[in-house]
Amino acid sequence: MQESGGHTLKAFDEDIGQLRALICEMGGLAEHAISEAMRALMQRDVEGARAVVEADARLDALEAEAEAGVVRLIALRAPMADDLRDAVAALKIAAVVERIGDYAKNIAKRVSLLEGRGRIEPLSMLPEMARIAAEMVHNVLDAFVERDAAKAREVCERDRALDDFYNSIFRALLTFMMENPQNITEAAHLLFVARNLERIGDHATNIAEMVVYAATGERMGERQKGLDPEAGR
Amino acid sequence: MNEPTDTLTRNKMSARGVSVFYGDKPAVRDVSIEVSAEHVTAFIGPSGCGKSTFLRAFNRMNDTIAGARVEGRIELDGEDIYASGMDVVQLRARVGMVFQKPNPFPKSIYENVAYGPRIHGLAAGKAELDGIVEGSLRRAGLWEEVKDRLQESGTALSGGQQQRLCIARAIAVDPEVILMDEPASALDPIATAKIEELIHELRGRYAIVIVTHNMQQAARVSQRTAFFHLGELVEYGETSEIFTNPRVQRTKDYITGRYG
Repeated sequence: MQESGGHTLKAFDEDIGQLRALICEMGGLAEHAISEAMRALMQRDVEGARAVVEADARLDALEAEAEAGVVRLIALRAPMADDLRDAVAALKIAAVVERIGDYAKNIAKRVSLLEGRGRIEPLSMLPEMARIAAEMVHNVLDAFVERDAAKAREVCERDRALDDFYNSIFRALLTFMMENPQNITEAAHLLFVARNLERIGDHATNIAEMVVYAATGERMGERQKGLDPEAGR
Repeated sequence: MNEPTDTLTRNKMSARGVSVFYGDKPAVRDVSIEVSAEHVTAFIGPSGCGKSTFLRAFNRMNDTIAGARVEGRIELDGEDIYASGMDVVQLRARVGMVFQKPNPFPKSIYENVAYGPRIHGLAAGKAELDGIVEGSLRRAGLWEEVKDRLQESGTALSGGQQQRLCIARAIAVDPEVILMDEPASALDPIATAKIEELIHELRGRYAIVIVTHNMQQAARVSQRTAFFHLGELVEYGETSEIFTNPRVQRTKDYITGRYG
């Protein structure tokens, strides 16, 4: 939907601008957490992983701030139409981004548990998967800020690639576990890492749906959302 | 323009291609709309958009304004209200009106309500008239506040009470439609809330059309909203749709506070 002029009441525009900036900052932190957690995992950097875990507190604080901002906006500005949809989307997106941060934190927490263990091959697929997940988060928040429904729909399309990755990593790890029980601990951790990344993709897709709704007022159809990789198996 | 999609409602009044002129100048242009019997319909729009002028066409209030002229057709239950045989006094009993400023007669509370039924011969005797007065004041949510002082002047009431008295007066003649032109804009928030609650209670019994500048009020009391701009009906639909997802840019700009 085309952007019209600013509100007659300028303070309204400022409030909405601040809210978007906040969501953007959260998105940046979550994206950074994903790539840092993956870097720490690949390099077995326990210190770096700890930094990711600690940085998550900031995301939690920002989520609380965004929630307070939305409540204030609704109470004081009585937003209507696209403004109202924007406010509701911001509230939900903040919660989802916080959750994405939790998944990244979970990946980081596994780094110390893997210390001293061997490396198995499927590990090499994870950085690319993490890159896609982080990019989805990045793009979907860009789409939110730009109110760009088309860009949000593209994010949903990418979720399929992530699901494909997850399925092949799942099979590969299963094979490794069957070949040598010694691999089971590491393989199980990596399976969780892959699962976390796959969930991040799903959450980015959820955000995309909210962006589409905020921007157009239309709900995305079930078909557009991408299928659950485990459904139907 | 999107029309309300529910088909379960009965239309009480309908306007077909209605224009209203003051002299040569059109204040309302070619408006067609259906007013549901069961719903509260809100007309919103900026000052001068023609919403009040259009509302007044629904009971021929514009007839009293020199130089005002109505084109098109307005029907009440399918009957053309501008037809030559239409009794305007009778029409205004069927289609009552409540104005922005409470305008009780400078008479007692009782007389304010009894006046209409009396001139329309709706009551056979004193007892029946008393019953109508009490019933109307009850429905207007005013009875408990005034039952012990019915002989006091209507103008001695507070603004909010006066407005409810005017609503009691309007419903005393058992109308089918009540038109409200900014009924709460001169009232404080508490009195406004009482009027809104009253509108909610009256809904279903009467078809109600309300003109309001207060969009939150339109959102609170109505099930359907029509947005007017520059004398045109821009968008008409379910209130929940209009306020969450308007289809027309002009509507969106207005309700989000970007207009002008």
